[in-house]
Parts: sequence; structure tokens; C-alpha cells
Amino acid sequence: MEKLMLLGDEALAQGAMDAGMSGAFAYPGTPSTEIMEYIQRSKQANENNIHRTWSSNEKTAVETAIGMSYAGKRAIACMKHVGLNVAADPFMNSAFTGANGGLLIIVADDPSMHSSQNEQDSRFYGKFAMIPVLEPSNQQECYDMAFYGFELSEKYHVPVLIRLTTRLSHSRAGVQTRERRAQNQLKFPDDPNQFMLLPAIARKKYKNLINLQKDFVAEAENSQFNQADLKAKENKLGIIACGLAYNYLKENYGNQEVPYPVLKICQYPLPVDQIKQMYDAVDEILVLEEGMPLVEDMIKGMAWQGTKKIKGRLDRTIPRDGELNPNLVAKALGLPDNPGVAIPDIVAPRPPQLCMGCPHADSFKALNEAMEQYGKGHVFSDIGCYTLGFLPPYHAINSCVDMGASITMAKGAADAGLYPAIAVIGDSTFSHSGMTGLLDCLFDKSNVVIVILDNSTTGMTGGQEYTGFSKLEEICFGLGVEKEHIRSFVPLPKNKEDMVRIYKEEIAYNGVSVVIPKRECVQILKKKYKMEE
Amino acid sequence: MKKDIILAGVGGQGILTIATLIGYAALKRGWHFKQAEVHGMSQRGGDVQSHLRLSENPIWSDLIPFGAADMILSVEPMEALRYLPYLAGDGWIITNSNPFDNIAKYPELDAIHARIKSIPNHVLLDADSIAKEIKANRSMNIVVLGAAAKHLGFSKEELEQAITAIFARKGDAIVEANFNALQAGLQKG
Repeated sequence: MEKLMLLGDEALAQGAMDAGMSGAFAYPGTPSTEIMEYIQRSKQANENNIHRTWSSNEKTAVETAIGMSYAGKRAIACMKHVGLNVAADPFMNSAFTGANGGLLIIVADDPSMHSSQNEQDSRFYGKFAMIPVLEPSNQQECYDMAFYGFELSEKYHVPVLIRLTTRLSHSRAGVQTRERRAQNQLKFPDDPNQFMLLPAIARKKYKNLINLQKDFVAEAENSQFNQADLKAKENKLGIIACGLAYNYLKENYGNQEVPYPVLKICQYPLPVDQIKQMYDAVDEILVLEEGMPLVEDMIKGMAWQGTKKIKGRLDRTIPRDGELNPNLVAKALGLPDNPGVAIPDIVAPRPPQLCMGCPHADSFKALNEAMEQYGKGHVFSDIGCYTLGFLPPYHAINSCVDMGASITMAKGAADAGLYPAIAVIGDSTFSHSGMTGLLDCLFDKSNVVIVILDNSTTGMTGGQEYTGFSKLEEICFGLGVEKEHIRSFVPLPKNKEDMVRIYKEEIAYNGVSVVIPKRECVQILKKKYKMEE
Repeated sequence: MKKDIILAGVGGQGILTIATLIGYAALKRGWHFKQAEVHGMSQRGGDVQSHLRLSENPIWSDLIPFGAADMILSVEPMEALRYLPYLAGDGWIITNSNPFDNIAKYPELDAIHARIKSIPNHVLLDADSIAKEIKANRSMNIVVLGAAAKHLGFSKEELEQAITAIFARKGDAIVEANFNALQAGLQKG
């Protein structure tokens, strides 16, 4: 037992290992990446033979975790919030199959979109799947919830969703560890049909899940992570604070007691009785929650809602979008707020950008030149460092929607008659979900040029391995791209003429072309250089 | 006793190292500690900041409230000003004066410096040149930390102990260079 300084992500990872996890499965994505990275670095994981390789995408990660759970062992699957969209199919169905070995689906949301294309709230997925959701408010709870999550999962044979947000994922604090649990032995499910979702069985499974709901609520009512403090000085206001929002509430009162009744909620489904008790005792309720107004909406929708006011994001007591902070909570509480001095006008924005010497920069410059005669609006792109090719000085791409969408959107636009239709996708993103789109193009003989930027890593998240590494040409050829239309070059200023020519030749070809600019990410090179130093 | 510190810079300039060192020194005192970092997209040459909170009492929020920071410690002058809303009225700005110019139109440097000097409690130092003079080019961030030490209330010995602990695995030469950088900064603080 020791005290460690850990990021929220790392605390969860350490907790899962100490709680007897046998495998972690994930695809990198900010702010979740550090969970897997921590486990991969861990000596303890090595000594205990904990499985910990990256998956092709979040769907394969969740499915693999379900498989490990089937075999009786404890598993986690980790991803960022939009990754759960990719994994939604196995995730939703895992609520029906339930778990054998403990199964945690860990999802890190990114309110305010620091590194994401939306700020969806994963608690909705938990409610949708009708499974318990844990939302830690600090690093210690991250650690403790890994233990508790596995216990809950094995007690009810149900997967448990753990929801993090950016500020906790990437904030470091002291965490007290506890006695380690052994891993489970290999063990078939007691019911051989547990993971068989043929309609006749699935209907029974659904009834079973419905019957479990009252137990899940009872667990939340008695949870160590939910605290009702209803003995307060003033009853004109009751506060429901979920996850991190609880800290912002406490911050505003320092070492003093909050003068109102407070309900801290870190475990769902909602503890209905506790909320009802508070509702009866106070004049109005303020809901503080990070993300979308899930709790606020549910309380407003409850049948016993009378005339009392429910305040939160929906009535703009808190802004409808963006992450919380102590000042927004102060304002909502009617406390004096100190906004500080304004940012001086002289301060210029400093957006992220491609690194000095980045291979993508050369690839974009040549592509821009090859595309000059066609004007703007032809280049569909994807999720990764190269999305920064949208910004000056490149202005090279026109879309960024979801992992893999560059290829299929280019196909759709080509199907509509757009020429040329170019897709620009990273090597790791192509492995994640580009291959099926390429197959669509080949099946339909679409007139597209697919540029796979091969920098040999998953760059934006800090350089992780990916499953299709060093096999891109073979994959494309295997899927059916003609050999003479799989082109490769080294993106360097001195090769620009060749690069432009190759792009132009493939744009001229009426069919599916793949162009692969191939040069290692400069950040990875730097890391290697540092290691040798 | 509490210290709320905004660490500021551009992705890749080494502000997380400063956070680690101060955090280590605070832990040695048995203080509570929270440190919110920025990972992800901004690390690609964008503006990055870290909220470092140290206190004898338990700390709730991972984020420092506006108007509450005791210090902005920055390795880049314009980035120091970006977090001005966080600074308390009597707070300190300790910053490198040398710009990191990776944007299309970097503002007039004199105006940036003038704005920093208009804050009553400030230390503006050319940490890059100082680091170069003592042949510790890579320790610009530690020079800035040295300049901040007195105003943070951490002794040279406490920070040296942290440097030893954090850099030991990189070898004696690196530890020594960082000691020198710390000392050079201390003299400017």
C-alpha cells in the first residue's frame, strides 16, 4: 500500500490492475489515452501478464473485452467519448449479454472540446444501455471505482460504464492504493447461453436487465460515492452536484460548510429516494453537472415534479454548453464572483499547428499544387494531426467528421459527380476504420484518390502503435486496389516535383487510386533520438 | 498556507517539468497537491497551461478560479498575459521575456513587455540567454523556476532536492546543469 501521484486516467488504470484485471483494450483518443499508456509502462502489468495491446478501433476493443469477460476474467475497454459511438453496437448488446468476469467500459468525455469534434455526454449511453454508471469526482475515486466497478459487475453480471471528463483524466493528485486482488481463473459462464443473443434468448435477457434496474437504483441509494447531506442551515435551495461539479461547489465555500442541502451523485442510475427527499425539503433545486443536462432533464421530467424550480443548464443558470469551472458555479450560487483582469487585447491566438519538419506539411504543399487547377472544395479529410492542414498556411482540406469518413465522403461526393474527389487519411485512422470505406470504393469502382499519410504512428495522441503498421500497401492490394495505382513517395521538399506529378497522374486515373506519402513523425524521431542520447 | 500557480507556455517548452519539480517539493513538505495538465491537440505548438495547486489543506477543484492565482509562471511572455484573468490582485508574474514566435503575426514585443511591467509584482527575465550563458541551453524552464522560487516560498535546497530526484536517471551532468540554471534564476528573482 502506497501513495502515488497519478492522473485521473492513471489512477483508474492502477485501480484496475490492483483489482485483478487480466486485460485492457483500447484505441488512443484524448483524453483517455493515458489509461492504456500507463498500463503498458507498468512493471506490475508485466509481472502479472496483463494483456495490454492497442486494438484497431473502439469496437474491436469492446468486443475483445467482452470475450475476456466471457472467459471469466476481468477486462476493461477504454476510449474517448466519440469512440463509444464506434463501439456502440457491442456496448449496447453487452448490457443484454451481461458480464461473466468483471467488465468495465471506461469512457473519457471532453466537454469544451479541447481535442474533440463534439462534447457528447457518455452518461446518456449508460442510461440508454440501462447499466450502472460511475462518475468519479477525484483521482482517489477513480482508483476506488475500479475495485467497486468490478465488484458491481460481477455481483449483477453486468458491464459497468465509468465516465471521466478531461479535467479529471488529465489532473494529477495523491492516490492511496490498497491491497491487491488476484486475477480470476479461466471460467465459462454458468449459463452457457449467456452470450447468445438470438431473439428468443435476447427477449429473456432484456426482461432480466429490466428486472435488475431496481437493484441498480438500490445500489446507488446506498453507494459510498453518493452522499446526501440534507441537514443544512438554509432550505431555500438544494444542490445536486455530479462528479467533478461537486469539487467546484466545495471550492466556493473553502473550509466552510455549504449552507444548503447537498446531494453528491457519482453513481447512476439516480438515487431516486435521495432526490425526492431533497426535493421535499427545499424550495428550489440547482443541478450542477459536467456535460449535458442529463440529471436536470430527468428530474424535471419526473411525475412528482410540482411547482418547484429546477435550475441548471436548461434555464441557463449554467451555460448550456462547455465545461464547468469554479466561477460558473459561484455565479449559479449567487456568490460574489471575481472574474479577474481581462485578457489584454494584444494577446494573439496561438492555435496548434503541424510541427516543424512534419511530413504532412510537405504532403499538403504538393497536394495543393496538384489541385490548383480545380479550385477549393475537393479534399475530404479525417481525424488526426493532419486535420491541422485546414489551418493556414495550408488550407488544404475541407472536412473532418469522424474516423474514416474521409474515404466514404469522397466516395459519396464522387458518386454525386464531384471530380476530383480526394480523401486524406492518416495511417492509424485508416487501420481504425478506413479499410471498409476503401472496399466500398472498390466495389463501386468509384473515381477517388485516397491519400494515406503514413507517419508510422498514431501522432495526435502522442505516438502509439497501430495495428496496420507497415502493411498499408499490402492491405490496399489485398482489398483489391490495382498495383499500379498504389503509389508511394517520401514527402520532402526535394521530392516535390515527383509528388505533384504522382498526385496528378492518379487524379487523372478514372478509378480507385491510393497514394501513400511515407515518412516518420518528427515527434517520434525526436523521442527515439532522446532515448539513444 | 496555499499556492495556486498557473504555468504557461507553448506546447513542447517544458512547463510540465516545472510542475513536477514544484509538486515534488510540495509533497516533501507533506502538502496537498493537484495539477491539471493539457494533453492532446494543443501540445502541437499551441498555447498550453497547467493549473498547479498546493495547500496545507485539502484541495477541491482541479482548476484555479479566476482572480485567485498567486502566480503566473510562464516560459513565454505573451502566454503569461493570456492567463491574466486567473491572477489575484497581489499575485506575481514571473516570465521569460523571449518570445516563441510560431504564429503569422506575433504582436509588438515591446508592448507585451510593457503590459507585463504594468503588473506591480513581476519578474521579466531573458531566460534563454541566461541558460545559454551558463551552457545549459535546455534548462531555460529551470531558470524561470529559479526566478520564481523566492516568491513561491520554496528554498533553493528544496528545489535542488526535487531536481536531484527527478533528473537523477538522466545523469549527473544534467542534474548539474539544472542546478546551475536554478541558481542563475534565483539571482534574478
